[in-house]
Amino acid sequence: MKTSSRNRTRGLAATLLAAALVVTACGSDSGGGGSEAAAARGPITIWYSNNAQEVAWGKQVVDAWNKAHPDEQVTAQEIPAGKSSEEVIGAAITAGTEPCLIYNTAPAAVPGFQKQGGLVNLNSFADGASYIEERSGDTAQQYKSPDGNYYQLPWKSNPVMVFYNKKMMTEAGVDAEKPPLATYQEFLDTAKKLVDSKAAQYAIYPAPSSEFYQSWFDFYPLFAAATGGKQLVADGKSQFAGPEGFAVADFWKQMYTDKLSGNETYTGDSFADGKSAMAIVGPWAIAAYKDKVDWGVVPVPTADGMPADQIHTFSDAKNVGMYVSCTKQATAWDFMKFSTSKEQDGQLLTLSGQMPLRTDLPAAYPEYFKANPQYTLFAEQAARTVEVPNVPNSVEIWQTFRDAWTSSVIFGKADVQQSLTDAAAKVDGLAGQS
Amino acid sequence: MVSRIFGRHPIGVVLTAPYVVFIGVVFAFPLGFAVWMSVHDYYFTAPGVTVPHPFVGIDNFKTALTDPAVLASFVHVGVFLLINVPLTVVLSLVLAVALNRAIRFRTFFRAAYYVPYVTASVAVAAVWLFLFRSDGLVNQVLGPLAPDPSWLVSSTWAMPIIALFVTWKQLGFFILLYLAALQNVPKELYESASVDGAGAWRSFRSVTVPGVRPATALVLLLAIITGANLFTEPYLLTGGGGPDGASTTPVLLMYQLGIQQGKPDIASAIGVVLVIMVLVIALATRRLNESRSS
Repeated sequence: MKTSSRNRTRGLAATLLAAALVVTACGSDSGGGGSEAAAARGPITIWYSNNAQEVAWGKQVVDAWNKAHPDEQVTAQEIPAGKSSEEVIGAAITAGTEPCLIYNTAPAAVPGFQKQGGLVNLNSFADGASYIEERSGDTAQQYKSPDGNYYQLPWKSNPVMVFYNKKMMTEAGVDAEKPPLATYQEFLDTAKKLVDSKAAQYAIYPAPSSEFYQSWFDFYPLFAAATGGKQLVADGKSQFAGPEGFAVADFWKQMYTDKLSGNETYTGDSFADGKSAMAIVGPWAIAAYKDKVDWGVVPVPTADGMPADQIHTFSDAKNVGMYVSCTKQATAWDFMKFSTSKEQDGQLLTLSGQMPLRTDLPAAYPEYFKANPQYTLFAEQAARTVEVPNVPNSVEIWQTFRDAWTSSVIFGKADVQQSLTDAAAKVDGLAGQS
Repeated sequence: MVSRIFGRHPIGVVLTAPYVVFIGVVFAFPLGFAVWMSVHDYYFTAPGVTVPHPFVGIDNFKTALTDPAVLASFVHVGVFLLINVPLTVVLSLVLAVALNRAIRFRTFFRAAYYVPYVTASVAVAAVWLFLFRSDGLVNQVLGPLAPDPSWLVSSTWAMPIIALFVTWKQLGFFILLYLAALQNVPKELYESASVDGAGAWRSFRSVTVPGVRPATALVLLLAIITGANLFTEPYLLTGGGGPDGASTTPVLLMYQLGIQQGKPDIASAIGVVLVIMVLVIALATRRLNESRSS
């Protein structure tokens, strides 16, 4: 009895193992792509972001296209919920369930998607590279992959600047119209006044958490400004373990040491909640804080101060990617161009306040900027933005940097220069891999 | 022949087949695939994209186990288990015994202990953040005795606070297991103990504890397995394993490596090591529990 039971158990285990091996061996082999797909036309599906303004833009652009193209209908939906858009897209690529176009492709995720074989090379279209470069000018170069091709269409940026609460500045005895925030020392002095006067608990409160992308909103804008537009990595080498990078890190470390910035996770919006007097944000914040905070805006600080029209910052761009499951790529490419035309870029600007990645924005939409002067500074700033580097292991590189940053700058557990130098050595190794 | 393959009651095979298929698809295949990935150079690709996945032996394990962050994460989860598992067993048993008695508001208390278990972690984590922030309720009550740096940004306190949070959140479920087990302890044993002059403590030790030993084995096993898979709480409470990586866990690193950084092979190696460690700990705990009962 015992033996037969043991035999059955063994049989069951063997069956399960065999089933596992069979399923493992049976990889899916479907998917679009290929030269047929490149020339094919017909209905396509797209995903766009789930914020209200972009949904409104997405609906009107799809309606406009569908009216004119009855045989090439576009079906749009918000990107499915997940911990982040990048994870949803990555999983969809693996499963072969991604749509033709996604209007929320983060540049940092592009190297990973490209490695997965998930993105269509836009240079494969006759006017692919020329369209992108004519629309975005020199800025487009930052979005080229290491193989010299475009796997993303630069779509819109949210150049980040320093928002400040005018009421809190006044309470702290600081000139709310022209607060001294241009140099690191001015910024520290103003921050100290804000906290000492109890006008705000913290002067500025960038997220202190460990996610790889958080450095885009504390270190990277100031590093871009300090270096006149350098990326984190260039030509396979890290750029941040140098005088400018150390100076930015020392500035932030001082902010944390003096408790002018908070090192605890805050689940709300610290700026809207009145927890902090300043925030590093993009133009989306104008609509978001309209009825909540009487705000002003200045460029990010630099070590010795710099004219505003020379300051670079992080772009916080989102782009359009075409994905390999798309079987109607000719339609997808035409829709990509239609949705990034001058007219549709104008719609995006009007509906969302985000900056289309096209050359000379203020001149392209003079009436809009005349009617909405608060956006002009962001539009001018959009001409001097720095993107995350398009290199292999992009996310791991940012996580490596973030770990060194949280350890040395936010929590003061390690020497800043040593920590960033060690991280730079690791990043050099990662960026050099294929 | 049929009975040799399918046993004396072939209908049993039919009835269990759906669950066997479920186990095969949801557990056996992913586990087998994870083991396979852990010994190959692997990353996820789009369907139809063919890339080589060469066998790399134990390279992924070497990469994982020589990474100080990975080793630290195993230590962190060890600290978590040392606090969480004993607390879970003791508190859930004591509270189940209390709730098994005819006390006032018994139904209210039973529901109250169960509510955190069925509430989304995101919602209850926000409450704990409110309690344990540097300017939170706990520090306001403690006044000058409050630790500096505060609980969730202290390398010393972050993991114990997470362990307390998880203990509190899951207590309702384990109380329920013990309550069910307590119904099976014969009342006569308590009466005999009472006749023999045993007090409440002696009855608890000599009747209740041995009487619910099978439930204790289950509680231990489940607490160890769920504890070793800790992810959501450090993700929410300490901003992804902070401060300075003091509350990272193996599963948190597997998420970073496998999902965010496109290195599922190394993530799988960590996962395989974690599975083996959980099996060893669970086996040792079971042996200990059995030796006590004998």
